[in-house]
Amino acid sequence: MGLGRTLQAASLALIACGAWAGSSSPDSAREAVGPVSAAPDSAAGLAAWQRVYSVLTSPRCIDCHTATGYPQQGDDRHRHFANVVRGPEGKGVPALQCVTCHQESNADSTGVPGGRGWHLAPLSMKWQDTSDNVLSSGDVCRAITDRSKNHGLDGPALVKHHEEEPLVRWAFQPGHRIDGTPRTLPPLTHDEFVAATRTWVDAGMPCPLGR
Amino acid sequence: MASFRLIVNGQPRVVAVDPATPLLWVLREELKMTGTKYGCGIAACGACTVHLDGIATRSCVVPISLVAARPILTIEAMAEDPVGRVVQDAWVEHDVVQCGYCQSGQIMSTVALLKAMPRPADSDVEESMGGNLCRCATYVRIRAAIRSASQQLEEHQRQ
Amino acid sequence: MSAATRAANELLLDRRTFVRVSATLAGGLMVSLHLDLPLLAQEANQVGSGSKVYPPNAFVEIRADGKIVIQVNRLEFGQGIQTALPMLLAEEMDADWSQVIAELAPAADVYKDPIYALQMVGSSLSIANSFQQYREMGARTRAVLVAAAAQRWKVSPELCRTEAGVVHGPGGQAARYAELAEAAAKQAVPATVSLKDPSAFRLVGRRVRRLDSRSKGDGSLRFGLDLDLPGMKTAVVAHPPVFGAGVKGFHDNEARRIPGVHDVFDIPLIRGTGVAVVADRFWTAKQARDRLAIDWELATVERADTARLLTRYKDLARMPGKVATSRGDKKKIDSFPAADRIVAEYDFPYLAHTPMEPLNTTVRFDGDRAEAWAGSQFQTTDQAAIAEVLGLKPEQVTFHTMMAGGGFGRRATLDSHVAREAATIAKRCRGTPVKLVWSREDDVQGGYYRPMHVHRVEIGVGPDGMPLAWRHVIVGQSITAGTAFESLEVKDGVDSTAVEGTIDTRYDIPNFHVSAHHPTVNVPVLWWRSVGHGHSAFVMETLVDELATRAQADPIAYRRKLLKADAKRLRAALDLMDEKSAAWRTTLPPGHAAGIACHEGFGTTVACAVDVSIAGGRPRIHRVTVAVDLGVAVNPLGVESQFQAGVAFGLSQLMAKGAITLKDGRVEQRNFDGYTPPYMVDAPLAVDVHIVPSVEAPSGCGEPPVPVISPAVVNALTRLTGRRYRSLPLVTV
Repeated sequence: MGLGRTLQAASLALIACGAWAGSSSPDSAREAVGPVSAAPDSAAGLAAWQRVYSVLTSPRCIDCHTATGYPQQGDDRHRHFANVVRGPEGKGVPALQCVTCHQESNADSTGVPGGRGWHLAPLSMKWQDTSDNVLSSGDVCRAITDRSKNHGLDGPALVKHHEEEPLVRWAFQPGHRIDGTPRTLPPLTHDEFVAATRTWVDAGMPCPLGR
Repeated sequence: MASFRLIVNGQPRVVAVDPATPLLWVLREELKMTGTKYGCGIAACGACTVHLDGIATRSCVVPISLVAARPILTIEAMAEDPVGRVVQDAWVEHDVVQCGYCQSGQIMSTVALLKAMPRPADSDVEESMGGNLCRCATYVRIRAAIRSASQQLEEHQRQ
Repeated sequence: MSAATRAANELLLDRRTFVRVSATLAGGLMVSLHLDLPLLAQEANQVGSGSKVYPPNAFVEIRADGKIVIQVNRLEFGQGIQTALPMLLAEEMDADWSQVIAELAPAADVYKDPIYALQMVGSSLSIANSFQQYREMGARTRAVLVAAAAQRWKVSPELCRTEAGVVHGPGGQAARYAELAEAAAKQAVPATVSLKDPSAFRLVGRRVRRLDSRSKGDGSLRFGLDLDLPGMKTAVVAHPPVFGAGVKGFHDNEARRIPGVHDVFDIPLIRGTGVAVVADRFWTAKQARDRLAIDWELATVERADTARLLTRYKDLARMPGKVATSRGDKKKIDSFPAADRIVAEYDFPYLAHTPMEPLNTTVRFDGDRAEAWAGSQFQTTDQAAIAEVLGLKPEQVTFHTMMAGGGFGRRATLDSHVAREAATIAKRCRGTPVKLVWSREDDVQGGYYRPMHVHRVEIGVGPDGMPLAWRHVIVGQSITAGTAFESLEVKDGVDSTAVEGTIDTRYDIPNFHVSAHHPTVNVPVLWWRSVGHGHSAFVMETLVDELATRAQADPIAYRRKLLKADAKRLRAALDLMDEKSAAWRTTLPPGHAAGIACHEGFGTTVACAVDVSIAGGRPRIHRVTVAVDLGVAVNPLGVESQFQAGVAFGLSQLMAKGAITLKDGRVEQRNFDGYTPPYMVDAPLAVDVHIVPSVEAPSGCGEPPVPVISPAVVNALTRLTGRRYRSLPLVTV
């Protein structure tokens, strides 16, 4: 999913016009007037974004970042068994909440993953469409940087979210299935994921155009 | 093997088990409380449902090491529980059970539902009870009993 | 069992049997049904006629405190006979129903089914076969109580009457049954009794709530799995991953390291071998089993594979099989041009029963005696199997019947494989009770499924849209071949359990020919609630609907036309269903369709109409109206319950994940996540049940609800989508 030189040039121009959503850090202000110091350039930013995107849209992350009224599970993202549903706050419904089964840490002896405050990401943070297709890099980037949709998170807050949010951290230590096999890991380690996020944020959170 | 202090139906209990032992088996085999049932072991059926700190919880997948001091309520406590009693009475009134094996879990889930949502709409009932399996498929009568218990509780409220 | 083999419900108590009464030590009355047969241990147990208690033989015990304990001669596993059978006895006895306690009788000759000479529950025959038996027990009990009162009051028994546990004398005297029990024990039991006219029933025919509801709702009732005995150990068995394979070797160091593991050893199974783990706790045993490294000998066993079987079955279905029934000209169908012929091929997967309570049996072996506990549908067989394993006679095994969490046929095994496993392990742990438990995974993967089937039907359609020829080939493993039931069920190479529902059709179809192939496959199979009717009714009722649509006829009118004139009971059910559903059937909202099906099986006729829409890619059943003719409805509330739940159970056949499949010898499903029965959302929103009034002898309602629902729903779906559904389960709609 690389970008041609022409797109690179275009996105530089867009950044120069401040045409991305939301960041207001001093670094990005400097970005707006042209390259200054060691801040990553937009090519590096976009490359970093692709790495972030690869994690966000790895199957088991989409399992909770669904477009549906229910979670998915597994690498094949099948519908979660036992008819569990999203519920009004993404936490399930009375008698069938996420925490009815998912505790605050992995239960390897019974094959149930766990992390603090198990719940679904809001629909605004879905990484799939309603036909179960993974959203494009551009669409995810725009959604995640849209402060009206992402609970008002700015760049640094996004880094913090990726670094500290328990369920994000869980994704990198997802425990074992009941058959003893370890759950599939995202394509990056947690450290790599945070680093890529930081690079992308430092680059002004560039998003690919179109898809 | 480790020692765990639990609060079960209001009583302090101490057990010595492997920390990975699910709460279900601690209840059934250490405390000899067999009202909570084993149906599948993977939280797919709900027969093992207890209340953990007031939350309906599938005890077959919760290792005892993760329970800590959270109070546990089981089916054995429901007769003394104001909502539990109404639900159990509704179950008898409506002749819900067939083999009965899933019904501890059905009742525990129902009590959790009615405590959170005293007047659930039919769709709420279906969502909340949607993960409780009854192989005999007594669902029609379960629905009726829940409706009835909800109405009873509403009447009690008004009195 | 097929209709063809059911005997008439004759008077049970012939001259070879008699009833004895005796007093209990506590001053109560025991009424025992003694079979005067030479092999009986009961005879040996009797010590005069005085104060001996006969625990295995009693049907009724009147306790000093007034409680009436009635023994139920069959397993209760949800169907409600622990209420319905005592109702029959209590009715004739004029007992105070509020004082009745039902107990599940242990294994004993006296509790055998009067027709089949086996202590059993199956074929929906409990009430049919014990109707007379329980009524007579009640009448005889009443007779001795009356005789005792009459003697005390010095009046003639004919002048006494009974009501709600009290004998009333002609002069205003009254005595409660408990007071009379001791005296009644000394009375001669009459050889013949008269039973009530149905018009005099006070209890039978009324809606009576189950006796076991409270204890099942408060967690106090103990199922087999809940048994706890002093010193008890729990065992699990590692079964071969391909049926019939054996253990080449295993390493148990890791397993034995777990505290609480008692022993690990290989054991013979019905076919192949496995490894048993005995531990203090189930969880411990299961963990230990997971840590076993077992080397299985897989090279010599056949590896059943669903895809390969389907191909093989479809090939077989194109060839004539062993004839199951043939009337008219079996070649007539060949004369029909393609335009006037329907050719339909159906396939059905293996189905697991997955009763809610995982399988279990507890055995303690003491050398010269043994004790066993199980929720068994076949106590006689299981008791005998345990005895055989332990080198004992059956009467040396005390077999307690536990309440069972469902069965649907799974707990009725002719090879008693679970009981045998338990006994084999108990033999090694002499003196220690051992509870053998099958985990849910063991259950889903352990075989004994409803066999896979293919049906191929060719119908020659006449100008008026009625069938003029019908050639039907059924392919499926024989459930009873090689078992004790083979002589009963297999005739001329055809297992009647595979073809019931077709050969006994009530439709008047000329040139009707059914044949069957029974391939041998390395998958153990068993009867699944409604047996052959489950798949046969699906084929018959969807095809009849297709014929009706083709003839542009109303599906109910078409059935009326096609049914034999003398199919009175099926017509009665159809008519009642029509009457009770006409209003809603004719006012369905857009997006809804009605589906119809009717079927006769197990002596009971059923007709249903369903209101179906499609939601989220699945059938949504808004309403079912079902009418049933089952003769006298002993407990109409129980009948209603059975039908409301039974139709929802029947939807198991349509569930998207409702199939057991095998790949290269291994079962692909593990638990309810992969093999999924109906949850609440899959069940109908409303079911109204209507019983055809009748005074005929009762037939059952355990299985009859199951066959009609799937074809009815699919018939509605076809109206909605225009598609035919001939491959189950319904993965897509």
